[in-house]
Amino acid sequence: MSTSGQDKPSSGTSRRIAIDPVTRVEGHGRITLLLDQDNHVQQARFHIVEFRGFEKFIQGRPYWEVPFIVQRLCGICPVSHQLAAAKAMDQLVGVDQLTPTATKLRRLLHFGQILQSHALHFFHLSAPDLLFGFGSDPLRRNIVGILEKYPEIGLKGVKLRKYGQQIIAAVTGKRIHGAATIPGGMNKSLTLTERDALLAEIEAIVSWSLDGIALNEHIHVAHPEHRHFATLHTPFLSMIGSNGELEFYHGGLRASSATGEKIFDQFDYRHYHQIIHEEVRSWSYMKFPFLTALGPTEGWYRVGPLARVNNCDTISTPLAEAARKRFMEYGQGCFVHDTLAYHWARMIEMLHCAESIHALLLNKEITGSELLVPKGLKQEEGIGVIEAPRGTLFHHYRVNEEGLITQANLIVSTTSNNQAMNESVRVVANTYLDSQEITEALLNHLEVAVRAYDPCLSCATHALGKMPLQVELIDSNGMLLDRYLSGQEKDNN
Amino acid sequence: MPRLLLFGYGNPGRGDDALGPNLIDHISLLGFSHVECQSDMQLQIEHVMDVARCYQALFIDADLSCAEPFIYSKVVAEKDRSYSTHAMTPSTLLHVYQEVYRQAAPQTFLLRIRGYHFELGATLSNRANANLDAAVKFVSRLCEMDNLKIL
Repeated sequence: MSTSGQDKPSSGTSRRIAIDPVTRVEGHGRITLLLDQDNHVQQARFHIVEFRGFEKFIQGRPYWEVPFIVQRLCGICPVSHQLAAAKAMDQLVGVDQLTPTATKLRRLLHFGQILQSHALHFFHLSAPDLLFGFGSDPLRRNIVGILEKYPEIGLKGVKLRKYGQQIIAAVTGKRIHGAATIPGGMNKSLTLTERDALLAEIEAIVSWSLDGIALNEHIHVAHPEHRHFATLHTPFLSMIGSNGELEFYHGGLRASSATGEKIFDQFDYRHYHQIIHEEVRSWSYMKFPFLTALGPTEGWYRVGPLARVNNCDTISTPLAEAARKRFMEYGQGCFVHDTLAYHWARMIEMLHCAESIHALLLNKEITGSELLVPKGLKQEEGIGVIEAPRGTLFHHYRVNEEGLITQANLIVSTTSNNQAMNESVRVVANTYLDSQEITEALLNHLEVAVRAYDPCLSCATHALGKMPLQVELIDSNGMLLDRYLSGQEKDNN
Repeated sequence: MPRLLLFGYGNPGRGDDALGPNLIDHISLLGFSHVECQSDMQLQIEHVMDVARCYQALFIDADLSCAEPFIYSKVVAEKDRSYSTHAMTPSTLLHVYQEVYRQAAPQTFLLRIRGYHFELGATLSNRANANLDAAVKFVSRLCEMDNLKIL
């Protein structure tokens, strides 16, 4: 890795800057920077200070409730949590193979979820930074600004997200927090009418997804400075298909070093605790997972679109595979580590989802009525892992004889990217924080770094266009030197 | 293409906040072929695409402070601060519509039904239920006329 992950020792003349809260992330977060007298960053931390407690309060609940409880973790990726939990529930009831129709419905649901989430993240949240500039007018840096300046791009984003929501609604009955999965299968068929309605729009969705890739490819290649912005050289972790292909729903785990060597491959995720350990730190409610083989200092890794597109050998759909090859050519045969290339990789995945949805809708099994398999021998432990939009998602449950949850452990995607987000904030702060004057543009540079990871904190703060950031400059004696609230006049105390 | 869009919004799990979706449930049962019924927790940008499919639109929301049993008014496109949140106002949604489609939005109205209690997990209060009954009769009449207008 190119960065140490270690804090420098603080001097007596250091001062601390706190960005609190960081928004446009799901939940509440905070960035703190500790600077020395020459403005060198001695410490940079991205704190997730919200405490959710799902792992605790589902204890004692019957197992079949779990997929619908845990999807309340998030308003953007509830489907991901429902599916990961559902896979674990399948194991608890002794089912290891669903019917072809149930498997396809779950995959369709998953592709729809990733498509809408990726569209939301790029077009609504990140495109304003990338199209207007990191330091552009904050009043314009939002989705409405995009619709005003680039209506064609904005409309495609809105329609892409809407289409993903339509798929979720068709499969689960609701756009958000629907109930479709049950242990051993699904509880609702896709009707011919629903299928035909989705098919009617899919060619446009594929076309707009292609446009999304072209736009991101152009932005990234045309701005050489993006290559180094918040860039880290890290291992990547992702699920992989049996032939090394990009896989979101079911497969083995692959971890690669920053230079591309396999750390492990096709690893059975039910034994994930052998390869991943979690560290707890006093200043954050988020855990810090690391690859056991590399240890806590060197073993942190990245997940999500950048990890998946780098890690896979191929993509099973032709247009996305062609896009992946161009992506890898950009990396000249090496992994692409540019943090802002997360956006490019995200669009490649969105195209893969669109192509896969098209193929599934054309498969006659998608409207089948065989949705359930008989339950098998009950198990005491279930572990479901999928690739959520933001990365590998682990759900691990134990139940007692009555089927009540006795233990739960979740490793959500953003948790896996926790250390990387911290490091990216450090890199950006070191590069751009060269003055005591705190500007909105500087704040947004830090936010752009965090935002590239699409941390799963986005639904709770209710701010799409502009982060309501508060930055305080405090001297080493704790005296407030300067305060700035993004979107308001600076308050000089 | 349906001529009228009825769009109720609110959280069905928060007491009287369910008034909008509940009204949609009632009207759906009446089977108007020219009326499209939609509901969601909140208004978001992608709902402009629902508006684009109709000739006129009516949004239905719960309101903690309006006169009983409901207030019916016309909506004018206007950009307010809600554009940067998860919960847009109908006015801002129409503003976004005009930015997206580069044309005037369909004639749009808002029905605010008076609610009183919005606690998590609560059901509709008795007084809100009475207001809902009145609102259902009113909206049914609008649908029968096939024309949303200030009566």
